[in-house]
Amino acid sequence: MTAAPRASRLRPSGLAQAAAFVAVLVVLPIAFPAQWLVNLFIFTAMFAGAAMAWNLIGGSAGYPALGNGAFFGVGAYAMAILTTHLGVGGGYLVFAWAIPIAIGTAIVFAPIARLLLRTRAAVFAVLTITLLFIGQTLAYNLVSLTQGSLGMTLPSPSFPAARYDQPFYYAMAGLLALTMLFCWGVRNSKLGLALNAVRDDEDRARGLGVQTEMVKLFAYCSSAGLTAAFGAIWAYYISFVFPGFAFDPILSLSVILFAFLGGVGSLSGPLVGALLIVPVQQYLAFRFGASHLYLIAYAGVFLLVIYLLPNGIVPSCRQYLTRLRRLRSGPTAPDASLLVSNVTAGKSQ
Amino acid sequence: MHLFVQSIIIGVLIGGVYALLASGMTMMFGVTRIINFAQAMFAIVCAYLSYSLFTHFGLDPFLSVAILMPMMFLFGYGVYTLLLRRLGKAGPAMALMVLFALGIGAQGVTDLVYGTNTITITPSYANDSWVVFGFQIPVIRFFAFVMAVAVLGAFHLIRQHSKLGRALRATSQNPAAASLLGVDVQKMSAIATGLGFAAAGAAGPIYGLIFPFTGNSQYDLLSKLLTVMILGGLVSMPGVIIAAVFLGVVESVIAATISPDWSSFSFLVALFIVLMVRPQGIFGGHRMQGALW
Repeated sequence: MTAAPRASRLRPSGLAQAAAFVAVLVVLPIAFPAQWLVNLFIFTAMFAGAAMAWNLIGGSAGYPALGNGAFFGVGAYAMAILTTHLGVGGGYLVFAWAIPIAIGTAIVFAPIARLLLRTRAAVFAVLTITLLFIGQTLAYNLVSLTQGSLGMTLPSPSFPAARYDQPFYYAMAGLLALTMLFCWGVRNSKLGLALNAVRDDEDRARGLGVQTEMVKLFAYCSSAGLTAAFGAIWAYYISFVFPGFAFDPILSLSVILFAFLGGVGSLSGPLVGALLIVPVQQYLAFRFGASHLYLIAYAGVFLLVIYLLPNGIVPSCRQYLTRLRRLRSGPTAPDASLLVSNVTAGKSQ
Repeated sequence: MHLFVQSIIIGVLIGGVYALLASGMTMMFGVTRIINFAQAMFAIVCAYLSYSLFTHFGLDPFLSVAILMPMMFLFGYGVYTLLLRRLGKAGPAMALMVLFALGIGAQGVTDLVYGTNTITITPSYANDSWVVFGFQIPVIRFFAFVMAVAVLGAFHLIRQHSKLGRALRATSQNPAAASLLGVDVQKMSAIATGLGFAAAGAAGPIYGLIFPFTGNSQYDLLSKLLTVMILGGLVSMPGVIIAAVFLGVVESVIAATISPDWSSFSFLVALFIVLMVRPQGIFGGHRMQGALW
């Protein structure tokens, strides 16, 4: 394996990329203000963020978490309960609740996560998916809190009708940027290295003195909290939550699909995966509406990605680029050094 | 008290169906180390097929098992050789997700073909029951139990008393050593997968007779099967059967005494309690190791 180029510190090029990313996020709904497009951007940002959050535990630490849809549902219901039962006010203030919901979910989940993380591999996968079933059962049966199978209607804010979706977009995009920053921070710290050590060989990592328990716990709880925040904003946007939609097994699978498509464990992989699939998926849902076709398409894409692109797009492209670079820096040494210096010069601009 | 005993009887009878499905998963897991996340959905697909055979050709659901079991065996054999085998290094965790995706795709297909309304299979004896010492024994559940026991018995015979069974057990104990001694490990894995799927073929029609179902029922059933497997310790066949019957009883007693709403939930709570005390399950000494993706 070639050592993947990795931004170990904040470099000018990295900063430029980040600035460009934020600029695109900000400009997008201004450039394309059509309502259906903004709606599409909202869902893309949401899935990309949730996939990135999954990548913390599933990609960096290599733990096959199948139940991240549970945290999404918890966030959605937390938002619904806060706004209807407690009446925490309408308008823009509600968005701010996503943060306490995220932190609260992470803290409350910690003891359960500790228990789950005692298991590995397939058993871990099984237990995490039961989280989803537990969440769904609770949402159906704690009728006094969640109104059970009736679902809950959240108060809709009085944003101007023409630009109703814009605030939701900015909330979702802001959260996406925050998630990206968080994942970047984790990746470029000792914590990220420790997580990768856990993924590669947990027992050896522990033997070498890595605090594996704490590291895994941090990754899983932060993954849970971030996913819950996306669920919270989703609930406010949809303004209706129902156990079957909020605790959705498909969501659990799709975040994994996006991460695999883009490249598990890479920073931008889940983002790329979501950017490619969500627009198509939303368009198909909008065009055909029939949910069973959507299920079949989902399974089909998943299998194609696993079998045809097992490394994901981002790592595959990176490998291709390095191979190309090596090919170009052909037999004669002076040429090669010239080319390499050109490339590095081009990169830092 | 009468209600309590009655619900235990019902629970044991249902436990047989869970035991059949879960032991198919165990059979497959023992050899391939793959948990079949699609077992529940494949059972439901078989329930749908049995429903079609019953409504169009008048074939009794219990008899349709004779068609569905070999069909599912071949399907399982094919899925292993065409899909799961190729995953190579990525291994069991990946295979589990491939199967999960297959299950979701299969639900898409059944939703498309049969719609999303709840279906019940109602042969003429659907509501018959015998009364023994004042306790009701529904005919369908009784025969379902008998059939589950028969298929489990056949599995046991194959595993313990045939040459194939010896090869299967050898593969599950130590694949490397087995292949050195001339066992075709990939073929054994494909056969184990086929047998696991065949269990779904046998249990599907019974499941369809006992419970009203839709494609979406797969998650409810899946959560039960996974719980049974983990509690039973994943590789221990007797462990899985005991866990299945035990949970069938718990579910049925809670449904009768507290509320049917919480009966599925009891499975999950039992799972978490057990894990706190014994992370390797009640009967298992097995603990999985190593890297995952």
